[in-house]
Amino acid sequence: MSFDSTYTRELPLVEAKKSFKEIDEVIALPTETKPTKGWWIAFSISSTALLIGAFCLSLTFYYGIGMWGNNNPVGWAFDIINFVFWIGIGHAGTLISAILFLFRQKWRTGIARFAEAMTIFAVMTAGIFPIIHTGRPWLAGYLLPLPNQNGVWVNFSSPLLWDVFAVSTYFTISFLFWGLGLVPDLATLRDKTTSKIKKTIYSVLSLGWTNSNRNWSNYERAYLILAGISTPLVLSVHTIVSFDFAVSVLPGWHTTIFPPYFVAGAIFSGFGMVSTVLILVRKVFNMEHIITIGHLEKMNKILLATGMMVGYAYGMEFFIAWYSGNTFEQFVFINRAFGPYAWTYWTMVSCNVIFPQLFWFKKVRRSIPITMVLVILVNVGMWFERFVIIVTSLHRDFLPSSWAMYYPTLVDLGLLLGSFGFFFTFLLLFLKTLPLVSISEIKAVVEGAQPTIHPLPGGNGQHHD
Amino acid sequence: MVSIMIKKLINSLKEYDSKADTEHRSKKLFGLAALYNTPNEIITAAADVAGKGYEKFDVYTPYPMHGMDDAMGMKSSKVGYVSFALGLTGMCLALLMIWWMSSVNYPNIIGGKPFFALPASIPITFEGTVLLTGIATVLGVLILFNQLPKINSPLNDTDFMKRVTSDKFGLVINADDEKFIDADVRKLFLSGGAFEVQEIYYRETNLGIKTPIFDGKFISIIFATAILTAIITYVTLNIVLYDVVPFDWMWNQAKINSQSKSDFFPNKAGMREPVNGTVARGFLPYEYKGMPDSSVKLLSNPLAVSRKVLERGQERFNIYCSPCHGYFGEGDGRMRDQFPKPPSLHNQKVLNWPDGNIFHVITNGQNVMPSYAEQVPVDDRWAIIHYIRALQRSKNASDEDLTKSK
Ligand code: HEC
Repeated sequence: MSFDSTYTRELPLVEAKKSFKEIDEVIALPTETKPTKGWWIAFSISSTALLIGAFCLSLTFYYGIGMWGNNNPVGWAFDIINFVFWIGIGHAGTLISAILFLFRQKWRTGIARFAEAMTIFAVMTAGIFPIIHTGRPWLAGYLLPLPNQNGVWVNFSSPLLWDVFAVSTYFTISFLFWGLGLVPDLATLRDKTTSKIKKTIYSVLSLGWTNSNRNWSNYERAYLILAGISTPLVLSVHTIVSFDFAVSVLPGWHTTIFPPYFVAGAIFSGFGMVSTVLILVRKVFNMEHIITIGHLEKMNKILLATGMMVGYAYGMEFFIAWYSGNTFEQFVFINRAFGPYAWTYWTMVSCNVIFPQLFWFKKVRRSIPITMVLVILVNVGMWFERFVIIVTSLHRDFLPSSWAMYYPTLVDLGLLLGSFGFFFTFLLLFLKTLPLVSISEIKAVVEGAQPTIHPLPGGNGQHHD
Repeated sequence: MVSIMIKKLINSLKEYDSKADTEHRSKKLFGLAALYNTPNEIITAAADVAGKGYEKFDVYTPYPMHGMDDAMGMKSSKVGYVSFALGLTGMCLALLMIWWMSSVNYPNIIGGKPFFALPASIPITFEGTVLLTGIATVLGVLILFNQLPKINSPLNDTDFMKRVTSDKFGLVINADDEKFIDADVRKLFLSGGAFEVQEIYYRETNLGIKTPIFDGKFISIIFATAILTAIITYVTLNIVLYDVVPFDWMWNQAKINSQSKSDFFPNKAGMREPVNGTVARGFLPYEYKGMPDSSVKLLSNPLAVSRKVLERGQERFNIYCSPCHGYFGEGDGRMRDQFPKPPSLHNQKVLNWPDGNIFHVITNGQNVMPSYAEQVPVDDRWAIIHYIRALQRSKNASDEDLTKSK
């Protein structure tokens, strides 16, 4: 099998038993050694960003959301842009861990754990925004249908409530999926570590896992079921996020293309972020043999495909605006491309549709520096996509007398920066404390890891190559 | 102080760990464990052991191995049933919750839509299904099927376990298997290519009643933490953060409350006064206020007599006038002996008065009778007047009236 050999070609070991040990060593290394200088630099940058964000957040809490640039026509701005941006980034993780698993894409094993962790942190980051944009986040409990002294319940026909359920389910399931996958690896670390404290922690977290085949059998079935339910779940999450807009009657939001368009965009931006971080991580932690160029190339292909889906959606929105004959709809789109925010629109189109076309060339797909530049542009482009959708649709509505421009304040920018700080701080802590590649899954796809004979009890079995 | 506690904790962890390996092992055999080098060896050995009729055995591999379930003669996993059952439950619960909350317990009209509609309930129902399926699957596989957490399993902390979580393949036959005979098992292992056979003994905690979870210290620590958390939460929420911006439920706002002082306005009053002569809507001033009844030149009653008007008049009269004037206007109300007795409304003066004069008395008051302008709106006053006229006529009914009412 060609996929299996991807790993062995670069792991220079023939005997399976030796390469297993080496896999343990390579993957466990970051968890066993003191952080390097590079890690500390990265950590101090990200935690500074986090602190700036925390400061801006306390300003917001103290003085209220008047600290933000939101104004009358543009009632939703950075808060919801950042929410949609981060939740979209999370989608790549589930796509890699669930959808590629169902499609039996074995190359996913190298990046799945990391991408799942990214999902969790991205959803956590995203979750901050809808909660703080209510102004009094300590009352967020009322988002859930909890019994309260007013005897009233939440509005079940509001897409915003569907969002609450979708995002919290998404977080829970992603976390469980990730946690289940970690259990066998934690058992490996538990038996590998020499530190007593770490051993106690790993023992507790690995729940006493023994690698027993009777357990593996249930585990694999459970993994399959989780992948099976995560796949529609991930599609539902961004569909529901898009309902926040599509269910309203605002031109520019009220379109049926939104659900698939948002899902494609989410996967696109998620892969962009996974690539951005993986390129750095594989270098810093010497994992070029496990997270290979082949992986990056495959992700670039997915970027090319989803980028074109997003491009199709941009085109189709314009087409429908013209085809519908609705003046308001037409105005919104012409205003998007040629109005005061035209520069954001063209940033979005070039970063998301035009530049990724370079991935048609194999040389580009396999070049790390060019990939790095392009995936960062994808991140930028996808952030602007949400800006364009939200701000340009709101700032000029039906009544010209209520038109206004939106400009972010310093606090808005600080919160955006802080969201990156939050995400990367968690990510860096994860990289240093847990195996960032699934040890047991990688071992299972090493050449020679699977038996070539399949005997049955009593002896009569079949042979195959 | 804290550092000493932490050091003690670390030491106790170290102690616990080192004991676990040696002292806590009993003399009772859990099973025999064999280690193999290659996948083919282990899968053949597993099929062999299963074929020989052993039942309490298990294979330990660093990763799930294809075909091992068949080799061991295992049935396929039943995790799916649990997931399915709970997924279905999640779906029903979510749907039931939406239906009950929004159309039974608190029907709330939102945008004129039906209280309960299936299309709008689909997203949350779907999420509920997925949520319960996922939780059931993970908890099911870990707790129900794999019987975890089992940190003190006899296999853990053994050399055998350290090998099979890394790069070797292991096979264990439990000592309580019916067919277990030490020598036979060893022979079976070695003939199948095992390079090492180890004895695994039970821990003392596996056999005795010594369960660390019910340790007095452990339980008291849990209790202490719970109580401490409760106290801290209570104090923070109800004492420390009480009335502190921004947790004060917006009691403190940057605005001037009515009746409070403001330095901004020259007269230092927080409230603004209306411009002189301002008339509030619905509050047209009464033009004969304070004048004697002789000067009143009001139009006649603008309301036409109807059953509805008379009933309204009766109701208002009974509420506002009867306490003093009595139900029939005879001056024998429930307030007698506590308030100056009003004259009967059937006296000649009132009988001869135009309606406008009665209106004037209600609106303006008369001597000790206070004004009812505040309590009784204009239309109600006229309705009361119609009713008084009806009362008057009933007291002085003519013969004609009697025949007519037949
Ligand atoms: C608090 C007791 C009280 C209530 C209630 C009251 N009145 Fe009077 N009313 C009096 C008294 C006492 C007088 C006599 C005043 C005076 O000395 O001139 C009076 C006088 C009158 C007179 C003038 C009678 C006359 O011969 O001068 C009329 C008409 C009258 N009331 C109508 C009403 C109507 C209609 C209501 C209900 C809206 C009403 N009153 C409610 C106590 C009351």
